[in-house]
Amino acid sequence: MRRSSRKSGSAAIPVTSSSGVSDLFRCATSKAVSKEMERIDQLFHAYMDKSLGMVGPEGIESFCLAVGIDHTDVRILMLAWKMQAEKQGYFTLDEWRRGLSALHADTILKIRKRLQELEKEVMRPTNFLDFYVYAFCYSLAEKQKNIDIESACELLTVVLGFRFPLQVSKFIEYLKSQNDYKVINLDQWTSFLRFCNEINFPSLDNYDAELAWPLILDNFVEWMRENL
Amino acid sequence: MEEKTLKDMKEEEIRKMEKKTLKDMKEKEEKEEEMRKLELMLSNIEIKGLSNETLDGIKCMTLYTDIYIVATDSNQVFNAKMYSKYKEFHNDYLNDIVLPHLRLHHGEFLLKEFETSWAHYSKVIHNRLHLYFRYLGRYYVAREKLLNLNDVGNRCFIDLLYEEMRSRVMDAVICLINKERDGAKIDRELVKKVVNVFEELKLYEDIFEERIVAGTKDYYSKKASLWISENSCPEFMLKVEECLEKEENMVRDCMKPATEQKIVSEVEHKLLVLHSTQLFDKEYSGLKKLLEDGKVVDLARMYRLYSRVHDGLQHVCLAFKNHVTAQGMALVRQTEIEVNKHVVKNDVGALQNQQVHLIMEFIKLHEVYLSYVNDYFQSNSMFFKVLKEAFEVFCNKSIAGVSPAELLSIFCDQTLKKKSCDNDKSTEDTIDDVVKLLVYISDKDMFAEFHRKKLARRLLFNKSDSDEHERYLLTKLKQKCGRHFTSKMEGMVTDLTLCQDTTASFTDYLRDNPDMNPGFDLTVTVLTIGFWPSYKTCTFNLPPEMLRCVEAFKQFYQTRTKRTRITWLFSLGTCTIVGKFEPKTMDLIVTTLQASVLLLFNSANRLSYSDIKDQLDLPEEDVTRLLHSLSCAKYKILKKEPDTKTISKTDYFEFNSMFTDRLKRIKVPFPLVDDRKKVIETVVSDRRHAIEAAIVRIMKFRKVLGHHQLMSECAEVLSSTFRPDFKIIKLQIESLISRDYLERDSKDHSVYRYLA
Repeated sequence: MRRSSRKSGSAAIPVTSSSGVSDLFRCATSKAVSKEMERIDQLFHAYMDKSLGMVGPEGIESFCLAVGIDHTDVRILMLAWKMQAEKQGYFTLDEWRRGLSALHADTILKIRKRLQELEKEVMRPTNFLDFYVYAFCYSLAEKQKNIDIESACELLTVVLGFRFPLQVSKFIEYLKSQNDYKVINLDQWTSFLRFCNEINFPSLDNYDAELAWPLILDNFVEWMRENL
Repeated sequence: MEEKTLKDMKEEEIRKMEKKTLKDMKEKEEKEEEMRKLELMLSNIEIKGLSNETLDGIKCMTLYTDIYIVATDSNQVFNAKMYSKYKEFHNDYLNDIVLPHLRLHHGEFLLKEFETSWAHYSKVIHNRLHLYFRYLGRYYVAREKLLNLNDVGNRCFIDLLYEEMRSRVMDAVICLINKERDGAKIDRELVKKVVNVFEELKLYEDIFEERIVAGTKDYYSKKASLWISENSCPEFMLKVEECLEKEENMVRDCMKPATEQKIVSEVEHKLLVLHSTQLFDKEYSGLKKLLEDGKVVDLARMYRLYSRVHDGLQHVCLAFKNHVTAQGMALVRQTEIEVNKHVVKNDVGALQNQQVHLIMEFIKLHEVYLSYVNDYFQSNSMFFKVLKEAFEVFCNKSIAGVSPAELLSIFCDQTLKKKSCDNDKSTEDTIDDVVKLLVYISDKDMFAEFHRKKLARRLLFNKSDSDEHERYLLTKLKQKCGRHFTSKMEGMVTDLTLCQDTTASFTDYLRDNPDMNPGFDLTVTVLTIGFWPSYKTCTFNLPPEMLRCVEAFKQFYQTRTKRTRITWLFSLGTCTIVGKFEPKTMDLIVTTLQASVLLLFNSANRLSYSDIKDQLDLPEEDVTRLLHSLSCAKYKILKKEPDTKTISKTDYFEFNSMFTDRLKRIKVPFPLVDDRKKVIETVVSDRRHAIEAAIVRIMKFRKVLGHHQLMSECAEVLSSTFRPDFKIIKLQIESLISRDYLERDSKDHSVYRYLA
């Protein structure tokens, strides 16, 4: 994931003894950069929870309202991915800066625009896997390694629903109807994306249970074949 | 005088030259004259006369000399002519005399004529000619590197008679041989002579062998189609065996050894290979029928015949396997039907009998077909293999939900409990048979667990007939299945032998500490935890008499070792209680728990269900079972109010003072709880652990491995104990992934990597 190369406005800008024009230019851009960072910081302080020192769930809700998206929208998740936010529901200053400066979005208006581009960026195959895995890890609670079925189903709808609607809806149906599995682990999560990409749906004709697919997917395919 | 001029000199010279020329011309003339003379001589050498046996010596000498003269002539021009003349003489003889003779005769006479002609030609004619032309051979032929005189003779014969030999002569030979094949007696000497001729001509392989083999092919093709339709399978095979013998005999007698293989393989091909399917599939006498009817002589013959042919035994082997499998499956099905009948009637005893009977039938079946392989199929390893495969098929079929591993353990249990009697087999032989069958069962670990449970029971309740037999079985199992298979069971047997020591020491202890003596005969069996199956421990209120026993032993055991902790298993103990009934005093052999119930009635005559339960502090189901065995079963030691067949929580119990029995000493049975399910559960969970351990071990060694290989290696490693379910292996792999022992390779999702 591309990170913003300039962390904060106060970082030293390398000065070289070159022509005066480039110096001017550098001064000009550094000024622009620090201006941007200022505005980003201002935004942060606008939504920050004073007692926590970071943007909390309510802050995020109001932020979403301002931007004009639902707080359960996948785009806020994408934003979190861009920020590499660690804890679900909270953004620290560093994360906030990281995400928004990478987007070059320092006003609400710009954020609104950039979010569309962000969507496209995430959709690229190289990024999508990363985003998909991030979504899983982001949803984990403290010290947890697995997500319970309910949350997994919701997350799947959000993250994959628009791309593989048929597979996701069927898989969710299966997960809700079975009793063998109470949680989903990362291996199963990643394998499902691979499943969606590689296996013909709903024919399932190129699925081979003898291969290294996780057992949950073997059982899912069996269930599909029985209930067709 | 100087005027002898050049003119004169020239003249002299001219004159000299003229003289010379004249001389030359004269010489040439003489030469030509001589040549003409020689030619005449050559053309006069009469060979026709050679065909007579007798030739007088003078004529011989003349011929030889004539030829000598021509050959030694300084002018070598005649040698080539003589050489071709030599050839010509041969050809003339053959064309004029030999060929016409041959063409006159047929069949056996042709052969005779052929043989004698050659003899005469080669020995008489040719030799004579060679003799006369010998001078030529020695110098001219050798120098010019031409075909030497000896070979010329053969060459001429071959060139002129090739076709004749190939067709008419060989036809006659084949005809003769076929006559013998059809049963007539022929002149074998004649055949041998013909063979010799061909050998001398160096045409044995090209002409004789080739045509004989072709003739064999034709003959047997026809016979095969005829015989196969007319004869049954055994009859056909008998014929084939006879034919092969006769052919071998004939070839060895008449022909060169190298021909034997070729002829025999033709016969085999035509008789055995081409029609094999037809032969095997014959409806009333084919392979299947032979096996069903147990026609062992014919089967042995079939084996002998088809073992000669490459890959000939495949079909026989397969038929054997199918037959054995069918027999086994029939037994299984039959038993299933019988068992279901008993299940419906809830006749447990008969059910067990049927199950045991099946194992005995399997053993018998195995004996029979093992002897087949050894006696009739010459212990061929292919047949051993299919026997094993066949048994593996039906030995792993469950009967009415009971796995064969369990069945075998039941059979084993009964065998070891039985008092050894001298009827049919000795116990040791039966044990050998059991182990042989175990090899075919895939769930060996299931057998081990059931056996362990039953062994424990036998050892603790002293039901085993002989310690030696138990040990014998364990030794055999260790040999077949490995040390880990029997280590726990051996531990159990050892525990019991150690107990004798412990008991002796305990007796000494009690003697030295009389105040500790509880006043009863107490025997304690100490079991090492790991070896024995796990039993439910129950704590309950012991009657005071037993408390004293427990205390005494505890004290004693402390003196031996401070470090081990003892846990008491009261559910496994037995007790002899003296029952002072009014009719007579009797000895009651009961379990410890039953005894505790009865001892309660020493202090109270009548107790309610809840009284008993409270005083003993046992769970309800146990109390119910105990009371049932003492009041509703065969021996009613306690009287129950109301006198119904089942125990209810509102019942009252009273000591039955009027109880009596014919015997003075009776055993009050206490039915065992069915722990089958528990055993199966234990095995299943043990398997999970075994699979996991195997996966970890394999991955640790390999570091990186593909999915398929991991699955198959895992199955192989565990194959000696059980056949793992692939789903379970997959499950364990995933469990290991989630616990970070393994990971999937990021590039190839079917490859796993070991995480140290």
